[in-house]
Amino acid sequence: MRKVYSKIESISGNVISVKATDVQYGELARVSTTYGDTLAEVIKLDGDLVSMQVFAGGRGISTGDEVRFLGNPMRVSFSENLQGRIFDGSGKPRDNGPELTENLITIGGPSVNPAKRIIPRNMIRTGIPMIDLFNTLVESQKLPIFSVSGEPYNQLLSRIAMQAEVDLIILGGMGLKYDDYLFFKEELENGGAMSRTIMFVHTASDPVVESLMVPDISLAVAEKFALQGKKVLVLLTDMTNFADAMKEIAITQEQVPSNRGYPGDLYSQLASRYEKAVDFEGSGSITILGVTTMPGDDVTHPVPDNTGYITEGQYYLKNGRIEPFGSLSRLKQQVNDKTRDDHRAIMDGMIKLYAAYKSSVEKKSMGFNMSQWDEKLLKYGKQFEKGMMDLSVNIPLEKALDLGWEILASCFEKDETGLKTDLINQYWPEGK
Amino acid sequence: MKSVGKIIGVNGNMVTVEVTGTVSMNEVGYILVDDKKLKSEVIRILGNTCQMQVFEMTKGIRIGDSVEFSDELLAVELGPGLLKQVYDGLQNPLPELAEAAGFFLERGIYLKALDREVEWDFTPIAKVGDSVEKADTLGSVPEGPFVHQIMVPFNYLKKYSVKSIKEAGKYKVDDVIAVLEDEKGNTFDVKMYFEWPVKRAIDCYSERLKPTKPMVTKVRLVDTFLPVALGGTYCIPGPFGAGKTVLQQVTSKNAEVDIVIVAACGERAGEVVETLKEFPELIDPKTGNSLMERTVIICNTSSMPVASREASVYTAVTIAEYYRQMGLNVLLLADSTSRWAQAMREMSGRLEEIPGEEAFPAYLESVIAGFYERAGIVRLKDGREGSVTIGGTVSPAGGNFEEPVTQATLKVVGAFHGLSRERSDARKYPAIDPMDSWSKYPSVLNVDAVNYARKILFRGGEIEAMMKVVGEEGTALSDFTIYLKSDFLDAVYLQQNSFDPVDAAVIVDRQKHIFAYILEIMGAEFSFEDKDEARIFFNALRQAFIDYNGVEWKTDEFYKREKAMLETLNEKKVGLDSTAAELLKVGV
Repeated sequence: MRKVYSKIESISGNVISVKATDVQYGELARVSTTYGDTLAEVIKLDGDLVSMQVFAGGRGISTGDEVRFLGNPMRVSFSENLQGRIFDGSGKPRDNGPELTENLITIGGPSVNPAKRIIPRNMIRTGIPMIDLFNTLVESQKLPIFSVSGEPYNQLLSRIAMQAEVDLIILGGMGLKYDDYLFFKEELENGGAMSRTIMFVHTASDPVVESLMVPDISLAVAEKFALQGKKVLVLLTDMTNFADAMKEIAITQEQVPSNRGYPGDLYSQLASRYEKAVDFEGSGSITILGVTTMPGDDVTHPVPDNTGYITEGQYYLKNGRIEPFGSLSRLKQQVNDKTRDDHRAIMDGMIKLYAAYKSSVEKKSMGFNMSQWDEKLLKYGKQFEKGMMDLSVNIPLEKALDLGWEILASCFEKDETGLKTDLINQYWPEGK
Repeated sequence: MKSVGKIIGVNGNMVTVEVTGTVSMNEVGYILVDDKKLKSEVIRILGNTCQMQVFEMTKGIRIGDSVEFSDELLAVELGPGLLKQVYDGLQNPLPELAEAAGFFLERGIYLKALDREVEWDFTPIAKVGDSVEKADTLGSVPEGPFVHQIMVPFNYLKKYSVKSIKEAGKYKVDDVIAVLEDEKGNTFDVKMYFEWPVKRAIDCYSERLKPTKPMVTKVRLVDTFLPVALGGTYCIPGPFGAGKTVLQQVTSKNAEVDIVIVAACGERAGEVVETLKEFPELIDPKTGNSLMERTVIICNTSSMPVASREASVYTAVTIAEYYRQMGLNVLLLADSTSRWAQAMREMSGRLEEIPGEEAFPAYLESVIAGFYERAGIVRLKDGREGSVTIGGTVSPAGGNFEEPVTQATLKVVGAFHGLSRERSDARKYPAIDPMDSWSKYPSVLNVDAVNYARKILFRGGEIEAMMKVVGEEGTALSDFTIYLKSDFLDAVYLQQNSFDPVDAAVIVDRQKHIFAYILEIMGAEFSFEDKDEARIFFNALRQAFIDYNGVEWKTDEFYKREKAMLETLNEKKVGLDSTAAELLKVGV
């Protein structure tokens, strides 16, 4: 029988302290308050003073409330029964289904030994040319969608989820607007994907500490399924909310703040989540797509900045389109040499010309005369945006490549493309 | 007498320990948690308490848990068998760890860095009675393509005489191969390996030389315009996605050095694994064997504990210095030093030190300088030369080079290869900005010829900027032609396709050969009717040159494409600028 502590020494924000012995770092405690029970996690040990962050927040906790240590870190139930279910950030059901308690697994486990990883090698087709052709999504990749509030990032996320060829989708929502939560639920239900989906959702009005648990719970469950051979796609939205929750708690704890008030270990914290993306040798895989909203569209903000250095590229969503500049899939070269031999050349060649188009647009807007070359680029840019960038375009990669050649041939002479002559001879559309 | 301690506080990956006995700064200790020992390092001492950074996750530690101190600083094992290895920042061999622990990096498992079972073919060099001191050669073993020298351990500070030495034969690293005796008659058993504390530089050489010999990377932009020297230092800052890692990978495969040490500190596992799996498959053109035979990989991915990330660059540079002592040229590529600096910042925050600029610790600059200063070309005591070249990437927020890590690095390196977002957006790779970047080392080509081309590149950039204001129609045809020349130079020489088997790595001879044509084109006078005609001509010439760049050196096809390119050139070329003509006469 574990001891009950009934004297809380201090309450500061979501952090409470009690005097206790024989407590493990990272251990869970149950706090019984007049408003019900809540969990708390040990975040600091200083002699016999134990500090914990309370999942339901500090509000309403009294110094006389009872604290009982559980002797184990945060765990979540794992079984097939999770599929089709929705939970909150502390693992409690959000739907009307039963609470799951069997087969508990610890969350936030160690990372995979790089020597046990295999080179990612399978393309995940999405039907979106800006992804498939220009920045191919690869199984086991970790990619954020960089965007700003107001952009349809959750729509893009759900569209990728619906169209991507995977076995299981795990949606982790952090600080999600209730409407967005319902949007995901409806989309996945209507698309018939709910049965292969598990949702862990923390909404904006839930206690902030629970938001911190969502990525770890989602990824711990994903890992178990992947080890059973499943291809799992984890969608995390929004990682900036997750980082902000971390900031809030670090500051209440009076930690020395680092950049713009975020805790000094922001990078390590984000990395230990994103690095869970993996392709297990001889087993399944985890692919992570996250949303990172950039306050003020500022990519130097600590959250997108640190994220960019951890993830294997990013999709920039701006003005409702995936931008060719800034968007990057670092793993694309693992797969795009096996698709079609013109894939890489078209991928780079078209973007080079699109960059030239942008500078022609700039010149035009400043009132300069357009040269013949500028006119060609202007024609090209419009066709590129309509045929490739529009998010409503839904065509397989091969069609997109053919379309690329069509667009080039309708705008340029062969040697204006900067592509190798051999490829041009092979793919240039007949009669152009 | 080794000290012991008790845990009295835990905060993140830092613990506070009450110590019985003496303890030294940077001493290694082990925390006993359940049945595991967690490796930690002392980073602050205050009376009878000390603070330690734990190289592992701290979950499960309790107040009162015991700590065993080792009486040793954080050290690495140096001896035969380092090559071909994949280590983490603390020199744990990762493939062996995977065999022992499976998919995950379970904490508390530490393996020997050097295989104890392998037998090495030892040949003695020193004889009984010889007088020796630290770093003198006792014998050698073959290790891959190299002769690995078995040296007197670097921490043997006196003069010794060889009392006995093993005959030629097969021995394991743990076998005693020689017994040394000091002047007082104390004897010491020497094995084929010894330990060295990573944070102390190895300096058993007679003098440090000025780096002047080029280290060929086979990247045209680097070798020709922004060269690196053997024993020099360079840094590659750039925003994420600008191609730092690809550039490092290309260099690690192609650089003309003996040994390459790749230190991934806080990098993406997905990218590290590429190197891990790819290197054993790649063939070293020099030896015909696997590239891995001359490579050591220190792999600390972003999710590994922060303290071990902090240690990883030191582990790497210590191994580099060790091989330099054998007269070899070693290249150390560190990716990324910003993640390493961030690890320092994280630890500094936990120590509640007063933060400096952007919350980095005040000692950031001196620590960075101390690291890069461990590079160098040296003359060893027996007259041979060896070198450690360090190339570090820096990842400044948003590609802003004003930030502290970039600035501190720029102060101490000999070459700066700054990557630009604009160039990578336009898919101009390598995205090194030729305008902003600089090098203090000599080029592999004639410096006057390089400067001539560089001037046109700069002038072209100015004209381009001017055209943005006055438009193309407001630009003279002669200026417009210079702009097209600089754009051409950029497209066919500065840019290089790292995925093209031929274009990815260009030997110096070929660089010289094609640079002569570049020079001719830069200095050429053309007869163009108007700008459209000029543009059409340069498009055609660029096309011919790109095709020419893509064919194997000195094949029939190569000469065919060269001829085609020259024919295109001569259609419009009417003369040659006298300076360029003079330079061509001297040779590039």
